[in-house]
Amino acid sequence: MTAHPTTSRFKDNAHEALGDDQLQKAMLNVRAGFIDKRAAVAAKLPEFEALRDSARDIKNHTLAHLDLYLERYEQKVIEAGGHVHWARTAEEARQIIIDLCQKSDAKIVTKGKSMISEEIALNAALSKAGITPVETDLGEYIIQLRDEAPSHIIAPAVHLNASQVESDFRRVHTHLDADRDLQEPVQLLTEARQVLRDRFLSADIGITGANFLVAETGSSIIVTNEGNGDLTQTLPKTHIVIASIEKLVPTLEDVSQILRVLARSATGQEMSVYTTFSTGPRRATDVDGPENYHVVLLDNGRSSMLGTDFQDMLRCIRCGACMNHCPVYHAVGGHAYGWVYPGPMGAVLTPTLLGVDKAGHLPNASTFCGRCESVCPVRIPLPKMMRHWREAEFSRHLTPATQRFGLAFWAFFAKRPALYKTLTPWLMSLMHLLGRDKGYLRALPLASGWTDSRDFPTPQGGTFQSQYRKQKSNGRAA
Amino acid sequence: MTDQAASRRPIRVGLFVTCLVDLMRPSIGFAALKLLEQAGCSVEVPSQTCCGQPAYNSGDRANSRALAEQVIRAFSHCDYVVAPSGSCAGMIRKHYPELFADDPNLAPKARLLAGKTHELTSFLVDILGVRQVEAQYDGSVTYHDSCSGLRELKVKNQPRTLLASVQGLTLVEMNESEVCCGFGGTFAVKYGEISTAIVEKKTENIANAQTHTLLAGDLGCLMNMAGKLSREGKPIAVRHVAEVLAGMTDEPPIAAPASSTL
Repeated sequence: MTAHPTTSRFKDNAHEALGDDQLQKAMLNVRAGFIDKRAAVAAKLPEFEALRDSARDIKNHTLAHLDLYLERYEQKVIEAGGHVHWARTAEEARQIIIDLCQKSDAKIVTKGKSMISEEIALNAALSKAGITPVETDLGEYIIQLRDEAPSHIIAPAVHLNASQVESDFRRVHTHLDADRDLQEPVQLLTEARQVLRDRFLSADIGITGANFLVAETGSSIIVTNEGNGDLTQTLPKTHIVIASIEKLVPTLEDVSQILRVLARSATGQEMSVYTTFSTGPRRATDVDGPENYHVVLLDNGRSSMLGTDFQDMLRCIRCGACMNHCPVYHAVGGHAYGWVYPGPMGAVLTPTLLGVDKAGHLPNASTFCGRCESVCPVRIPLPKMMRHWREAEFSRHLTPATQRFGLAFWAFFAKRPALYKTLTPWLMSLMHLLGRDKGYLRALPLASGWTDSRDFPTPQGGTFQSQYRKQKSNGRAA
Repeated sequence: MTDQAASRRPIRVGLFVTCLVDLMRPSIGFAALKLLEQAGCSVEVPSQTCCGQPAYNSGDRANSRALAEQVIRAFSHCDYVVAPSGSCAGMIRKHYPELFADDPNLAPKARLLAGKTHELTSFLVDILGVRQVEAQYDGSVTYHDSCSGLRELKVKNQPRTLLASVQGLTLVEMNESEVCCGFGGTFAVKYGEISTAIVEKKTENIANAQTHTLLAGDLGCLMNMAGKLSREGKPIAVRHVAEVLAGMTDEPPIAAPASSTL
């Protein structure tokens, strides 16, 4: 679903999204559902800000010694009886997973929610290889039925309303009573659970992502609210973890620290309902668990971010707080961003993964309001990094010509105070005359983006500096 | 000069009026001047143009550096630099040091200037300890917290403290006063449709507060909100907070005609 990015068509996508009434209605849930809850739960914890510092520091430390921790992690996974596979690219990761599936003759694969799976477009690759992927997170299950990409990194179906889900279930679950009542969200949930229960039991392999990988123990950790991840990874014979390399943290103590900011920042919960640790396959004394345990570690461009302006982005723990608080995301939803990662974190990460020539709109489509940075649990300076992308674009002459011309024109005068001082009072007085009757202008050349929907206030005439100097020379007490 | 004499010397403030105020609404500059002089400062207005933020946020580092150098040269002799804008003050305070981080000659100068640059209401309250102004404004107002001032400079209570001392004025908080108005500099033109969707939510919140007047501390945001309110036909007077604090509200509100009764 995510193989063909539409990031370069961001403006068209946004236009469509702004006219989509169902989407606009659903997006109100983001504001209501996430922001107040996060604020309330953060306010209840006096050490919340200190924990954010700590989470940032743990991730910084890990990234500074990532090679060391990755090697230690691999060693520990092997000691626990598991296998580690290194994937440099999305293609390599897909191939490793398909090979593992084919070796065990797998037909059905259940999946816990994983953004890396979306990033490497795993479902399409599995299907092509004759393997049926079944998403088991409710939101992921819904968008799989609709053949859509997630629109949010923790709430994949947040762009939908319950009535849309109801009609999808009626369309797909044709084996169920056609007259059943699906008015209430809980009825939708129950139905999804019933349908998925059979799939859990028939799956040959379970694939999950990982919120964290622990170097100290070789454990992978997932946090969920539905328990689907646990069933995905314990019931089938084989558990495959797909995770990117920056998910590493050194110790269990470090994870405990970061978990305290993760759910609070994401959903406003103190902890997610399930926090599940997996360390290797089932041991002789375990009552359940998979017989085989594999980890696929994906780089896909991340190691090239180390030591650059974008290294801080690798701290991201995928909580979604940045998009939950983003006015642009609220306005256009996640699909407009055109690939896997939407919102402010996507605006920084996507150009790294796809190239700024394809994803240049994303870091530009920001007001730099800074609300994302103000809520980021690991204090990633997201606006600053978007600005770095704009600088990269500017130096590669990718910035649109009208904007370059406008800037150059403005800078020409702004860098010549004498010229500026001579011309601006006249220019402003002229503009004042044009709009003085109404106090505003209905249209301005080259600024239709503004004046199509807003009036442009008329200047008062003259400039402050010219008036101030005149007053001063007329004997105003200095 | 002895220490004692030095301490009696009035504080020398360089007023960085901002290019938007210089060009669009000089009355804000005069209001800022009056407030600073009332607080006992000796104010000067060095020759100035733009802080460089439009270039900086467009990725044009060469021009943003050139303009920043110009500001550093013009203002470094002042005790303080004060701007009636959280956005431009934030540019100097937060971003000039970043801009010159790799320049051993200019980095110390940028840091020095950054350290003495303040947004107007924050300077009055936090640095000068002003709690009251002598002004009258009959009517209810609501206040929009502009993003840069709020998040980069922690401007939140300062304007409210001062507004509370204005005779006849009632402050009614709108919902989501801390949410962006959708201006974002060139964003408002480059992504006009998205900017419009954001400002529509804002004007809805403004209208729901049912006040006579909307105030904020940044002219860019004010022009955006006033332009939208005007197009929507919502009769709400829009002014910079300095105009009200200085008691200088003779000029018609932003985007209102000279004959305005607002």
